[in-house]
Amino acid sequence: MARLTVERLAKSFGAFRALDDVSLQVDDGEFVAILGPSGCGKTTLLRQVAGFDKADGGRILIGDSVVSSAATHVPPERRRIGIVFQSYALWPHMSVAENVAYGLTVTGVKGAERSRRVDAALNLVDLHGYAQRSPAMLSGGQRQRVALARCLVTEPALVLLDEPLANLDVHLRAAMENEFARFHERTGTTMVYITHDQAEAMALADRIAVMDNGRLLQLAAPSQLYREPATATVARFVGHGMVLPVSIRSVAADGTCAADLYGHVVRLRCAPTQKANGEAQVCLRAGDLTIVAPTAAGVAARVDRAVYQGGFFRLEAHIDAAPDQSLHLAVPEPFTLAPGAAIRLDVADGWIIPEAIGN
Amino acid sequence: MIDAGGLRERVEDSALLWALVVVVAVLSVLPLARLLLEGIAPAGHLSADALLRVLRTSSTWTATQHSLVTAFGGTLLAVIVGTLVALAVSLTDIRGANAFVFCFVAPLLLAAQVVALAWLQVFGPSSTLLKLIGIAPPMGSRNPLYSAGGIILVLGVQYAPLVFLTLRAGLRSLPQELIEAGLAGGAGPMKVLRTIILPLMTPPLLAGVALCFVSCLGNFGIPAVLGIPGNYLVLPTLIYQRLAGLGPGALSEVAVLSVLIGAIAVIGIVSQDLLLRGRDFRTTSASAVAQRFELRRWRLPVEAALWTLTVLVLVVPLIALILTALVPAVGVPLTLNSATIDNFRYVLLEHAATRRAFRNSFGLSAAAAIAIVLIATPLAYFLVWRRNRLLRLVNLVTEVPYALPGVVLAIAAILVFLKPLPLLGVSLYNTIWIILFCYLARFLVLGLRPIISGYHQLDRTLEEASQIAGARLLRRLRTIIVPLVAPAAAAGALLIFLTAFNELTVSALLWSTGTETLGVVFFSFQQGGDSTYAAALGVLTVMVSFGLMLATLALAHRLPRGVLPWRD
Repeated sequence: MARLTVERLAKSFGAFRALDDVSLQVDDGEFVAILGPSGCGKTTLLRQVAGFDKADGGRILIGDSVVSSAATHVPPERRRIGIVFQSYALWPHMSVAENVAYGLTVTGVKGAERSRRVDAALNLVDLHGYAQRSPAMLSGGQRQRVALARCLVTEPALVLLDEPLANLDVHLRAAMENEFARFHERTGTTMVYITHDQAEAMALADRIAVMDNGRLLQLAAPSQLYREPATATVARFVGHGMVLPVSIRSVAADGTCAADLYGHVVRLRCAPTQKANGEAQVCLRAGDLTIVAPTAAGVAARVDRAVYQGGFFRLEAHIDAAPDQSLHLAVPEPFTLAPGAAIRLDVADGWIIPEAIGN
Repeated sequence: MIDAGGLRERVEDSALLWALVVVVAVLSVLPLARLLLEGIAPAGHLSADALLRVLRTSSTWTATQHSLVTAFGGTLLAVIVGTLVALAVSLTDIRGANAFVFCFVAPLLLAAQVVALAWLQVFGPSSTLLKLIGIAPPMGSRNPLYSAGGIILVLGVQYAPLVFLTLRAGLRSLPQELIEAGLAGGAGPMKVLRTIILPLMTPPLLAGVALCFVSCLGNFGIPAVLGIPGNYLVLPTLIYQRLAGLGPGALSEVAVLSVLIGAIAVIGIVSQDLLLRGRDFRTTSASAVAQRFELRRWRLPVEAALWTLTVLVLVVPLIALILTALVPAVGVPLTLNSATIDNFRYVLLEHAATRRAFRNSFGLSAAAAIAIVLIATPLAYFLVWRRNRLLRLVNLVTEVPYALPGVVLAIAAILVFLKPLPLLGVSLYNTIWIILFCYLARFLVLGLRPIISGYHQLDRTLEEASQIAGARLLRRLRTIIVPLVAPAAAAGALLIFLTAFNELTVSALLWSTGTETLGVVFFSFQQGGDSTYAAALGVLTVMVSFGLMLATLALAHRLPRGVLPWRD
């Protein structure tokens, strides 16, 4: 086991900057998810860490050894890492046991020692008794577990998982999520998990790194990521946050501030370093908004449409003062207001995004 | 633990890559470079004498004219037949396409000289077949196939499958939506064919035309069997006669002739490129397999026409050949009393050269197939997964010896190997090794193409997974890649074996006593007037070819589509 350090990593394909000055550290035994939409650079980052591609600039360290830099490139076969591929990449011409044993054979582990470790790895993923099957005879979830056993049998310093659940159906995903979590608990291996699915990332990871356009936007624990997004992009991407302009009036010592949201004064959370310097952006969640009586204080808005979601409606509305600014919130049944009806919204909570305006 | 840099991996990698590059350079670049040098500087001295002497000889221009006439004629016939068949097989709902494709493509994989002899047995006064049904022309009349028309007919039949195969590959990748959009726009099937399908098929069609033209131009077996008796010489047969008559003394002259025929082939290939330049034929990626047009009441007539074609171009000539193989001498009518298997007994058991030839041809074909697969499997790894400028050049260069006429390569090989090899001091000329060298150079691309499509079907993460497990390149090749591309490699090996086994063009120029191939023995039987022996030997080689083709069908379900030409 080892920590992974990525320092100012850069990679371009022609004019396209796939990785732009990415730095992050994954601690020994930590489970970090790399989250982002497709094309954000997360797969490029994985291929860099694995050593399939050479870096243009910056460094990658596994433990204390530099594996990638402008001057050195340790080939993948020397990095002592494991990968679980999205396609599982099980070798169809080998049995389950042969697939798992491959890495041991390569490193010269023989005989009884090898079969003992293969058995142990298969036990760990509950696949004892499947050793002689061919991968073609297994279900998707079982293949996934073989891939996991194969990558762990050599006790790699670091395990990379490349969207391992993307090819599984919804039911199996929940079960496998559980499996990964238990697995990480039992082995304590350092894991880097690539995904575009935030629910997966939230459920599994100690910390989540959000990427977009080749840049690392924020690396934080799931709840901090949700409650305190560092940028407007993170706010919008994680948990479908609404980003609205506010002007800050005063900052209190307890980490809150008073701000003006379209003429309505609200109390919001903010970073301790936040200055009372006027214009800022706030991240609101659907649960922060409630409909109040037309006479009460609040932001004036109009209903665009209500979509029934089973037990509640997802209400979409826009602010009267800013017709382009759309909002969404959950309202309980029954809900009878037609599109165009005037409503008044109170804001219970929100987070001032700690970055320059306009980003 | 972790050794920075991975020096060992890089050394292993580049050593293998450079070894392959050197092999390709020796096989593909060296002989042709040597030939070009001979054209400019015969026997090492810069001189235009040989060049002028050849260009002033009238036989050069007669043969060039004959070559062009037969190549254009054969191509035209092949394009008409091949196109019609490809459209019928790929776009309509005819039944039994698999069996038909097998029969239609078969002539391409049989020996050209055997096919030519088979056709000779269909016509002419001594045709056993015509005698049997009592319509043989009177003795002394000329066999109509001993003519330019005969050569064109047999070339057209032999190479129609080439046009068919390239066009069918194109039709398979034609997106269904483009056809459906035309139909939805109100155009009937014939209008869609004329305004959408055929225009989009210009690139594969022209590729097929160019391939066919070059093949007709370079074919030796057909004009040798049908042209030499009537003294109708084309460039390959002229080169053969000069070299056979004068020996290595004529090398400078035949080198010029080889450059001439090579130049005509290159013009054919380049003009295909020029015709396509500046037009956009790109289509979006194909979706589902295109819906076939229903022929309805035309289906039966079309099927009947296709099978009639098969009977005419494959069944009738082969029957004529078999019948001739069963008579004791040319011209003897076949009856229950005259039928004999003596011809087979003679070629199989009594004629020493034929026995040697069987051994040589089997050995050469097997050696070429195995060696090429061993070269092509790692080479395709680099070509498919490590693209760079050097590898693009290598890819191009491997095509050259197959694209150019076989006589060009044979003459080039003589030039390279006539003098003893440096350091070793032995000459390969007049040994079996020079033939093997030419087979390796010429058929490399036949093995490379199916293996490359095998790699394209392979998910690269299978290799990456073994790399992550710590396996270096050679181990990855051995344990992961070779087992997975093995079916494609086996198909390539069989294709090479079949082609080499039936080959005559190269060995006709390179053989010596003891190194005869089956093609050479067949040809000398035929030239010597022993048509019944030739027919018996021909029947035997046809049986071997069909046997191998049928055997590979068992492999077919594990292969990428299009790797086995004889399967739909």
